[in-house]
Amino acid sequence: MTREIEKAAGIPVVQIATIVPIMLTVGSNRIVPGVAIPHPVGDPAKGPEADRKARRELLLKALEAMTTPITEQTIFERK
Amino acid sequence: MTIRVVHYINQFYAGLGGEEAANALPESREGAVGPGMQLQALFGEKARIVGTVVCGDGTYGERTEEARSECLRLIEAFRPDLFVAGPAFNAGRYGFACGDICSTVGKKLGIPTVTALYPENPGVELFAKNTVIVQTADSARGMKPALEGLARIGLKLAAGEPLGPARLEGTIPRGIRKNFFFEKNGAERAVEMLLDKIAGRPFRTEYEMPVFKRIPPAAPIKDLKKATIALVCSGGIVPKGNPDHIRVSSAETYGKYDISKLDDLTPETYESIHGGYDRVWANEDPDVVLPVDVMRELEREGVFGKLYDWIYTTTGTGTAVSHAERFGREIGAQLKEAGVDGVILTST
Repeated sequence: MTREIEKAAGIPVVQIATIVPIMLTVGSNRIVPGVAIPHPVGDPAKGPEADRKARRELLLKALEAMTTPITEQTIFERK
Repeated sequence: MTIRVVHYINQFYAGLGGEEAANALPESREGAVGPGMQLQALFGEKARIVGTVVCGDGTYGERTEEARSECLRLIEAFRPDLFVAGPAFNAGRYGFACGDICSTVGKKLGIPTVTALYPENPGVELFAKNTVIVQTADSARGMKPALEGLARIGLKLAAGEPLGPARLEGTIPRGIRKNFFFEKNGAERAVEMLLDKIAGRPFRTEYEMPVFKRIPPAAPIKDLKKATIALVCSGGIVPKGNPDHIRVSSAETYGKYDISKLDDLTPETYESIHGGYDRVWANEDPDVVLPVDVMRELEREGVFGKLYDWIYTTTGTGTAVSHAERFGREIGAQLKEAGVDGVILTST
């Protein structure tokens, strides 16, 4: 789905999910590894503050990925 | 009883000419024509090519609906028991025509159909699920084995005999799995396969993984502060009550929902229907899968221009690759139309 949206719209699509090999396999170009399968963009087990902080960091990373020129599939790790 | 066969070929194989005759209209002829002569020889007494339907590749490719219905009418008039098209090798438009008319004849007339294509012919990806396709070489140099395959498989299909595995029949896999009993159980077979793999011996998987495509990365966004960003999600987050009845797994649809007035997804308004992960966290706060709250915050802070007013969402578990690709194509086209500059797609 990521790949086809990018192809059809001609705009960068950043995928945030947890299983990186699957994202690589399906052809996602900009990849941000998420926290966990049931909560890719949050860390609710650590409490509301940590949850929101994780989400903010991941989304900022995704926005950075969108503005970064790449030539091949690239993984953007949250620090 | 002799099996009645109708054969489909293009303008070239019917002797009308090459590209200059590609706009030839559908026509039918009695008996075998062109490669059909050799096919008839291979059928022997068992089957008879009662008629041949010819159509220009340009006509079929450009005016598909008209060509399809006219060809179908001509084919039906011969009252066939079996329909054969091609071989089209790696000819794109001819392969498309062969696949399309086979699919149509199979569906409308309820008779077995078979064509013959090179595995990379675009007709394969489009129609492999709807018709049997004999695997051929990429050009007419492979005519003899292609016709032999068509004759052999065609007779089998017409007799109602089950086909064996594609790799043994010389056909293109249709993605059909059949159950049968093995002497050894799954664990034993898996360990043997692993040992073969470690030792560098050949082994064959029992479950082929689909092959995915790659595309060159899109150019980056130049000015994030002016960019409209859309959220797309395959984590099954939908408005409470799942108004569009998106399936919990093996989804065949996606939803599009207005979030222009939402700052946050709450358990009262949104929920997860995804059948492939533990939904406890997502149902307490759907933002952990579809992050509307922080995106809205970043929008207010001016980190990026605008959060797009609509979200797209589906469940990505057991979802057929072909459906997921279609969702992507449709969503991509709509986002382009809406002038969206970038997408964050979250998956579970």
